[in-house]
Amino acid sequence: MSYHLYTVGKPTAERRYVEKYWKEVRVGDFIRLRCNEILPADVLLLSTSDPDRLCHIETATLDGETNLKQRQVVRSFFDLDCDFDPLKYNGIIECEKPNNDLNRFRGYIIHRSGRRDALYKENLLLRGCTIRNTEEAVGIVIYAGHETKAMLNNNGPRYKRSKLERQMNVDVFWCVIILLVMCLFAAVGHGLWMFQYGDKRPVFDVLSPEGTDLSPIMSAIYLFLTMIIVFQVLIPISLFVSIEIVKICQVYFIHQDMDLYDEETDSHLQCRALNITEDLGQMQYIFSDKTGTLTENKMVFRRCTVAGVEYSHDANARRLAMYQEMDSEEEECTSHGGTLPRRDSVTSHHSAPVVVLRSQSTKSHRRTGSRAEAKRASILSKHTAFSSPMEKDITPDPQLLDKVNECSGQMDFMRFHSQPMSQLPSDLSDIIDFFIALTICNTVVVSSPNQPRQKVRMRFELKSPVKTIEDFIKRFTPSRLTSGSNSSSSSSLVTNRSSNKGCSSMLSSPSAESTLTKLDEEHPRGGLDQAFSPAPPSYDGKLWNLEEGELRYEAESPDEAALVYAARAYKCSLVGRLPDQVTVELPHLGKLSFELLHTLGFDSTRKRMSVVVRHPLTDQITVYTKGADSVIMDLIKPPNTGNSKGKRQKKIVYRTQNYLNLYAADGLRTLCIAKKIMSKDEYACWLQRHLQAETAIQGREELLYESALRLETNLQLLGATGIEDRLQDGVPETIASLRKAGLQIWVLTGDKQETAVNIAYACKLLDPEEEILTLNADSQEGCALLLEESLHYIQTKFLCSATDQAAKAFHANFAPFEIYPSSSPPSSSHTIPLVVHRLGLVIDGRTLAYALDKSLEDKFLAVARSCRSVLCCRSTPLQKSMVVKLVRNKLKVMTLAIGDGANDVSMIQVADVGVGISGQEGMQAVMASDFALPRFQYLQKLLLVHGHWCYSRLANMILYFFYKNAMFVALVFWYQFYCGFSGSAMIDQWYLIFFNLMFSAFPQLITGTLDKDVSTETLQQLPQLYVSGQNSEEYKPYMFWMNMIDAFYQSLVCFFIPYFAYADSDVDLFTWGTPITSLALFTILLHLGIETKTWTWMNWLSIAFSVALFLTVALCYNASCPTCYSPSNPYWTMQRLLQDPLFYLLCVITPVAALLPRYFYRACQGTLFPSPVQVGRQLDKLPAETRRNILSLSRVKVGSPLSPEPPFLSLTKPSPKGCNKKDQRGFPGSETSQAKKGPVLPADEETGQRSPLEPSDSEMGPSDIYTLVPKEIDAPPYTKDAPPFLEERRPPSDKDSECLDKTLELSERSLSSWITSTPLLAQTDCVQLTLPPDGGSRCVKYTRNSEERLPLDHAVHPAHGTEQMAEQSLHITL
Amino acid sequence: MMASSYNAKEEDGHHSGAPAHGGAAAAAAKSKKPDNTAFKQQRLPAWQPILTAGTVLPAFFVIGLIFIPIGIGLFVTSNNIREFEIDYTGVDVDSPCYSCARNFSWNNTAPCLCSVDFTLEQPFESNVFMYYGLSNFYQNHRRYVKSRDDSQLYGDRSALTNPSKECEPYRMSDGQAIAPCGAIANSLFNDTLELYHIDSNGTRNTIPLVKKGIAWWTDKHVKFRNPGGNNNLTAAFRGTSKPVNWRKPVYDLDPSDPDNNGFINEDFIVWMRTAALPTFRKLYRIIQKKAVTTPTLPSGRYVLNISYNYPVLSFDGRKRMILSTISWMGGKNPFLGIAYITVGSICFFLGVVLLIIHHKYDTRNNSADIPN
Repeated sequence: MSYHLYTVGKPTAERRYVEKYWKEVRVGDFIRLRCNEILPADVLLLSTSDPDRLCHIETATLDGETNLKQRQVVRSFFDLDCDFDPLKYNGIIECEKPNNDLNRFRGYIIHRSGRRDALYKENLLLRGCTIRNTEEAVGIVIYAGHETKAMLNNNGPRYKRSKLERQMNVDVFWCVIILLVMCLFAAVGHGLWMFQYGDKRPVFDVLSPEGTDLSPIMSAIYLFLTMIIVFQVLIPISLFVSIEIVKICQVYFIHQDMDLYDEETDSHLQCRALNITEDLGQMQYIFSDKTGTLTENKMVFRRCTVAGVEYSHDANARRLAMYQEMDSEEEECTSHGGTLPRRDSVTSHHSAPVVVLRSQSTKSHRRTGSRAEAKRASILSKHTAFSSPMEKDITPDPQLLDKVNECSGQMDFMRFHSQPMSQLPSDLSDIIDFFIALTICNTVVVSSPNQPRQKVRMRFELKSPVKTIEDFIKRFTPSRLTSGSNSSSSSSLVTNRSSNKGCSSMLSSPSAESTLTKLDEEHPRGGLDQAFSPAPPSYDGKLWNLEEGELRYEAESPDEAALVYAARAYKCSLVGRLPDQVTVELPHLGKLSFELLHTLGFDSTRKRMSVVVRHPLTDQITVYTKGADSVIMDLIKPPNTGNSKGKRQKKIVYRTQNYLNLYAADGLRTLCIAKKIMSKDEYACWLQRHLQAETAIQGREELLYESALRLETNLQLLGATGIEDRLQDGVPETIASLRKAGLQIWVLTGDKQETAVNIAYACKLLDPEEEILTLNADSQEGCALLLEESLHYIQTKFLCSATDQAAKAFHANFAPFEIYPSSSPPSSSHTIPLVVHRLGLVIDGRTLAYALDKSLEDKFLAVARSCRSVLCCRSTPLQKSMVVKLVRNKLKVMTLAIGDGANDVSMIQVADVGVGISGQEGMQAVMASDFALPRFQYLQKLLLVHGHWCYSRLANMILYFFYKNAMFVALVFWYQFYCGFSGSAMIDQWYLIFFNLMFSAFPQLITGTLDKDVSTETLQQLPQLYVSGQNSEEYKPYMFWMNMIDAFYQSLVCFFIPYFAYADSDVDLFTWGTPITSLALFTILLHLGIETKTWTWMNWLSIAFSVALFLTVALCYNASCPTCYSPSNPYWTMQRLLQDPLFYLLCVITPVAALLPRYFYRACQGTLFPSPVQVGRQLDKLPAETRRNILSLSRVKVGSPLSPEPPFLSLTKPSPKGCNKKDQRGFPGSETSQAKKGPVLPADEETGQRSPLEPSDSEMGPSDIYTLVPKEIDAPPYTKDAPPFLEERRPPSDKDSECLDKTLELSERSLSSWITSTPLLAQTDCVQLTLPPDGGSRCVKYTRNSEERLPLDHAVHPAHGTEQMAEQSLHITL
Repeated sequence: MMASSYNAKEEDGHHSGAPAHGGAAAAAAKSKKPDNTAFKQQRLPAWQPILTAGTVLPAFFVIGLIFIPIGIGLFVTSNNIREFEIDYTGVDVDSPCYSCARNFSWNNTAPCLCSVDFTLEQPFESNVFMYYGLSNFYQNHRRYVKSRDDSQLYGDRSALTNPSKECEPYRMSDGQAIAPCGAIANSLFNDTLELYHIDSNGTRNTIPLVKKGIAWWTDKHVKFRNPGGNNNLTAAFRGTSKPVNWRKPVYDLDPSDPDNNGFINEDFIVWMRTAALPTFRKLYRIIQKKAVTTPTLPSGRYVLNISYNYPVLSFDGRKRMILSTISWMGGKNPFLGIAYITVGSICFFLGVVLLIIHHKYDTRNNSADIPN
């Protein structure tokens, strides 16, 4: 309904721009937009007021990213004057059909001259974006209305049907069948009833109005239809309405939960899907993204290595540790204190951006240090994307700082002495190159806070990046002539003079200075001098900081910003960025302008980005590349071992790799920085093909990709950085408790294996005690072999290693609620009986691609299911969704995907429940999600508490509904036996209508909304209670039938007690029917009372209201009209009934008799075989003190249903049979693997000897004690089924162990590749199944390194240790 | 610090381009943060009963202890009610009304008379209610129940001459509207019962039967009205025709008493209140207690004179005459008392079972709950 007026040009008509409504915008219109206006359509940018021919847009509405994006005018319009005249323009634009790909646009424009110009997405302004920083932009509408990309992306809400509803629909179907059976029965009965009278028509069998006589068969058919109408209440139409109401209320309460409110971002949980709240209580698999979901996606520069030397940045680490400390301090503060601390923190946050003086920094950190504050600050100052004080303030490593100073000092010196830069010691030049690369190899936009959203303008004139060969020749030929030597030429005198002149003006105006920097293009050799600003070397902290504080960096990804801030800490600050030029300020050297020749942006396939610049000091064409270490390392120029330089290079590579491994082990994100110096010829050669690629219309992406590949070769490694991606608050705890709740957690990440594994350890996804299966294969066959092997391994190891612990666990089933005090045997007090395989699976993207193949997916799933945690690294968004789809479809489980970025969208959409983290990476994930959380941590409460509640509430409500309708309808059905199956009803028609609608509607809605079976605290402390939802224990198919039987029993009681009480009396039809209605109502309400677990005043009120409403309505209705409401005409019936003691007597006895069985059953169940949830409820009742004692001191072991079910190696339904049977039938892959074992291990017989490594298999320590408790999801603990006896344990065959030995031996070889190995991983036992690239031989690497690792771990994780200590102490104080 | 924080605010507001950024954020926080109320946080004080043997068994005992006495009381009350029932259908050959039953159809004009002798073993002390009972008569048949026009019975003039369609096929007869229309009225029970006491010397004493006060007060005075008041019913019902099965028109139902004639005839009103079940009784007459000392119906021999008009054999029905006294809970019906006793006993028994369960299992449970 927004009637925004927009200036849309109709050049032919009025020769000026006129204002139009959005809806009137048509394709082909010329449109003029001003700053801060919202684009009404997809517009091709033809002209802007910006001298750079740029237009800045904000795309927050599309992707949530708040940084500015640049769009360029179509290239052929570059040459035009500023005021573009639509009248004069004539051309044809051809482009692709409207599609929803926001990141792609292809087309070309055919000018009058016949010249074709390609159009790219950089030229397209998308609907919904906002024009920023550009006074005026003119464009032509390409797509309008519903054809715009934004609209095509708007799929509208998806309809997901929850598992509960799917289950329910089956039972609704059953209801229909029951209805038909009842109608059929009545119809046949009526036919027979008619038949018995034969031709003698009794007086009460009234003819049809027409006076015709119907045959028994015909009247039976008519009656069948009549009965459908009478009994239709059985089909719970109102149930669907009630469910929707209850869900809305549930959503409301979830929204209102304080615990799901994030104070820092002032956001709370958003339920975007209103109809799947109960699915939250039935999740079985969680697929999580790592970055931004488990971690904060706040990149903090931690350490770096330059030229093979590591700079550990201890001070920085200390500072970060302090942040952490502050966090916990503040949490305590806010939890204990009132509003005062908060106000205080608000003020301190405001001081954050300004207090940058180093002397104050410590204090400001203490004041502003908490992450909470940082987050708020970053949210509040949204225009500065990805920067919080923590990210911005980096304490430089003193050693490295010295080196940088030294280096730049030397360069300064050399510049003045006109020495060639190549004479610089290579380690120093590497350092300065490293920082230059950090500074310029990115797409960070500099803005000044004084002029928000305004880029810092450094010069007047525009010079585009090299676009044509001519341009290249023009720009480079003169420099080639003179750049041969570094001796100053006469021309430099001029420039020197001008530089001096600039020097004086520079102080006053930065623009003047930028004109100077411009000059170096014409006089490149002399540019060396001019490039240095004459400003005094900024060691004066104040001056430096003043300047510093004013610049803000807007980065597309947080690690870019982190690197730029890191470089700034070393005084290498990015000052300005233009399309063709980057200005950097270096210590001693002042401002340097790098001519930006090309930017090859980051993409996920290349995993790197490069910039091509002309170095102002050396005048060389330099390529700076930054990227993932795995790709960069492959692109490093193989060092020539002949000379010393080559040796040094080799050493650097080797050392850097070592440090990279170390960083990865520390959970840091690593990036490698490399450079390459190109000769002009090389560059020209590459440029030519690159320009071809750029101008190509078809296959442009591929060509550009290839072009980038050509450029990024033979790099020289400069160094590497380690960026910490901090774990979000409470992630390990959340994961631990979710896992206790029986949820399988898979982490699907695009990160590399080492980082992912270490983050997984940090967030307790992987346990140091568990074994890790690592699958890395590079061929389909290899992957098949690996899977085969792992399956085999798991089988031999776990399947039948039954110990007496299993028996113990089994016995424990009979004691449904058993507490192990701390004095009990240590084995059981340490752990809940082991039912989960202590195995973790790590698989990389490539192997995953093979494993997801149709032929292997079953095996992959079999392996993955038996592992406690699965970690998929290097996976693409598509793979993520494929994994989710595979698990969901094959295992028929409920899946939840959680992620924060655009790369998680597909996964989120595929999963049964998609959860988006409204974090830093934009809104795409949130838009696609069903629930949006501010933090990962909240998932715990969302699932364990709200999910459980929603599920149990709705499940109970649905069951109750079925019962209620069946019970009510059955009353009428019984009556048919006494009215000749004539379809007569003793219940007044209005009561029939209002019964569901009003009389019995409210209490169940209240119960469905408010009932809490277990309290929040208990649900969170005993995550095992969640299992009841996973196993659908509240609503199983048999429960429907039990409810139906109960309904029929109750209706029988409610019918026949009044029947016999009034038998052979002078009671009339509705005087008899009204008590039955009342009885049914009371019974139904009391039934709800039995099922209600918490009675709040709302419950009491609703029940009282229902009864009162019924009586009121009945009294009013029966007093209203003596002649109306035919045929019942219940005038004064209720009034008379209320005077009849019989009525009250009936009202007392009937509900009691009807509910007696259920009440008795519930009581027995509560005592004899309480469900875990009931045990939790009992726990709730205990005094808080006792409860805490129980929960903290000892392990609560509540029968088998409480222990998280291991996803046992079964693809079919689990059966509580013996172990052996189970693994055979439950695991189709096992037999095949046995059969295939021969060809797989040809060397088996030949070697025939036992490897010395073999014993290690049996002495594995704690991880060896695996017990097997077969899955008993369906069987309650009190089942009388044969207990899962485990005597039939299969002894591990010799053959099996031999083949294992064989593989163990083979594993030695795989150690040789040092790049892929991860020697610093902090696990004790590690089984690595890798296929070496040469293929053929499998290997199981089996490392045992428990003791040796321990000290190292401490060394590596000092912060973690203290953190844990702090945590512990916190617990103690609590 | 104050100064710097002030500056910070300035700065923040300035460079963000949004005035009072901090204030806005505070306001937003206020608006977005959920209220910490017990309701919204789902922390309403609640009673959380846990159904276990221990908690539930008192309820069972209490129910048992309450129900059994009530049941006994009801049973005794019901047993104190005198009731006598006699079937006069005439199915058996030796029954007095056999010939009447055989030869009878709706079309007979002359009444068939028969009399049944019976003996009351015990005297009926208080007021005696005389019922006629019908069996196998489906007065609750769906089409039968709705075959009436309440407006017509309410005395509505237009409905009198133009009855509701519901009355079909008993709506019009020979071009005239039937009054009262419909199948219910058409099948009005028209046997006449007279009761005589044969005293010790063999003389027949007519027992006075009160025919008013047998219908609901509201029916008699509100729901049923004669068109144009109770004066000159013949004129009021002019232009209407009698129901097909009736012998006499509606204004001749009780010519002796204008207050009991026409639509407000109580026998008619009672019949119009359709019975709930196929075996039913309807109040026919009341025998008032005359003196305090003598029973209403002393024990002895009685004769029931029947003017046999109502055919029931065609649908295998039965006709009965019932004499009954009533108590506060209505007629004789031992069922409710038995039900109360049974349910009470079952509750008590289940209570004992639960007690056993509680002792066997719950105690251990409790000790496990609290280890210390």
